[in-house]
Amino acid sequence: MRGDVRREAAAGWLFVAPALLVLLVFFFGPVVAGFLLGLTDVDLYALGGVGAWRIVGLRNYTRLADDPVFWKAIRNTFFFVFVGGPLTIAAALGAALLLNARLTRMRGLFRTIYFAPVVTTLVAVATVWRYLYHPRAGPLNLLLAAVGIGPIDWLGDPRWAMPALVLMAVWKNFGYGMVLFVAGLQAIPESIYEAARIDGAGHLTQLRRITLPLLRPTLLFVGVITTIGYFQLFAEPYVLTGGTGGPVNATLSVALLMYKRGFRFWDMGTGAAIAFVLFAVILVVSTVQLRLQREKA
Amino acid sequence: MKGKSLLLHAVLAVGALITLFPLYWMLSASLMPRGEASAIPPALVPSRLTLEHYRALFVRLDIGRNFLNSILIAGAVTAVSTFLNALAGWSFAKLRFRGRDRLFSWLLAAMVIPAQVAMLPLFLLLRTLGLVNSMAGVVIPAAASLFGIFLVRQYALSVPDELLDAARVDGAGELRIFWSIGLPLCRPALVTLALFTFIGTWSDFMWPLVVLSDERKYTLPVALAGLIGEHAPDVELMMAGAVVTVLPVLLLFLSLQRVYIAGITMGSVKE
Repeated sequence: MRGDVRREAAAGWLFVAPALLVLLVFFFGPVVAGFLLGLTDVDLYALGGVGAWRIVGLRNYTRLADDPVFWKAIRNTFFFVFVGGPLTIAAALGAALLLNARLTRMRGLFRTIYFAPVVTTLVAVATVWRYLYHPRAGPLNLLLAAVGIGPIDWLGDPRWAMPALVLMAVWKNFGYGMVLFVAGLQAIPESIYEAARIDGAGHLTQLRRITLPLLRPTLLFVGVITTIGYFQLFAEPYVLTGGTGGPVNATLSVALLMYKRGFRFWDMGTGAAIAFVLFAVILVVSTVQLRLQREKA
Repeated sequence: MKGKSLLLHAVLAVGALITLFPLYWMLSASLMPRGEASAIPPALVPSRLTLEHYRALFVRLDIGRNFLNSILIAGAVTAVSTFLNALAGWSFAKLRFRGRDRLFSWLLAAMVIPAQVAMLPLFLLLRTLGLVNSMAGVVIPAAASLFGIFLVRQYALSVPDELLDAARVDGAGELRIFWSIGLPLCRPALVTLALFTFIGTWSDFMWPLVVLSDERKYTLPVALAGLIGEHAPDVELMMAGAVVTVLPVLLLFLSLQRVYIAGITMGSVKE
């Protein structure tokens, strides 16, 4: 029997070994190395000879703290997360409530349509939106003109560029949360609503007193996933602005700045430092989210 | 009741039109004669249908090569990582070894680390290994994933231990048990994981953009982002490129929709 236990343990390690090895060499190792890289002034041109680069301590970080472009990227990314995130979740919840209403017919069809943008390739649909947003030839302004709005220079006007990114992201992502909310709604027993109706509770009261509290675990999950994903904003500004983050850095995100500094200018020390700031911010914000929700519950 | 139902469905239908419009316009513009989609005001329906932009993409711009790269990379990542994640996930759920649960909780916690944190050193590592600008440079780092291990593990927890103990009493080795009991019983989770991985790898942009530098080695999204630079005014051509990039995964999703949607709730199952 003891031999069996040992054999099972050996098999256990053997089974996790290949995946663990890949993760260690190609993820965890580089994460640790990235932290160290952020403390150096390595650039790709200096890599030829050892000694051509130096350990500079926290200088990359202090320089970033003095760099207005970095703060612009932080502000843009926060805007995307804290405006785009709630809008996406609200759209997802709204769509889920509509889909889940008792009177709704053809649920499957609507669900498929609403979900389709989630599986589309981001770069491809961002290309489409780039033309939809065209100030004169874009169909969006054509539609807006029909109701007397516009014309808006979506991607050319620094005030509209971030909202344009948010609008596209809501369109692309709300279906994901919607599916989770529908599953959450279906887990709420109908008898609770019946009891509430007998007590004379209206739709809005039912939503506030029953649906939202019971959906809290789903809301938390969707909230955290959306936040983590939105902080990594990259392909949207890359494609919509031709890799620049323009106009005048209005759509420059932290990940795009890291890409530009690290892989375009090969200033790898600064790039690594930017990536770690992004990590730290994600860690803090998602921890706060979890805490806040736990306290409320 | 009647009026309420009508209003509800009207709202749903307007939502559906808004959601579909960008995809409709992409397809419609890709079939328009040159210049029609960028006219002022732009056409919403092609005056006549033409495949000339698709022909230009495949004949003149050789996008078939990028298509093939995408298929090969997404296929290889899917095959390898689904297998490695299945092995590890099964082990974390069903094989008892010391330190197992602590190791798993570390891996779970590591899911908050954004991929960008590893990218610069990973690039330097692959450069040393001579894997920059090669398919292997995209495939190998993706050969296992935290999410995949997590998904398989959660699903495998529901396999009853009695079944495995009975097989052990009959003298079956652990690999044999994994192969003939584990894999078949975890099939729903594995199919879902494979589907997620294929679509995710197909759509992935930042890492392939970093590691591939030769146009002929680009995946479709990287090639498409590159095309905009040169052909931005050529709306119909760009829309055809978008269709070629989106259509394979969209069709894959439509044919395996149930699996995909079931998988989303599977991935959110709590401890």
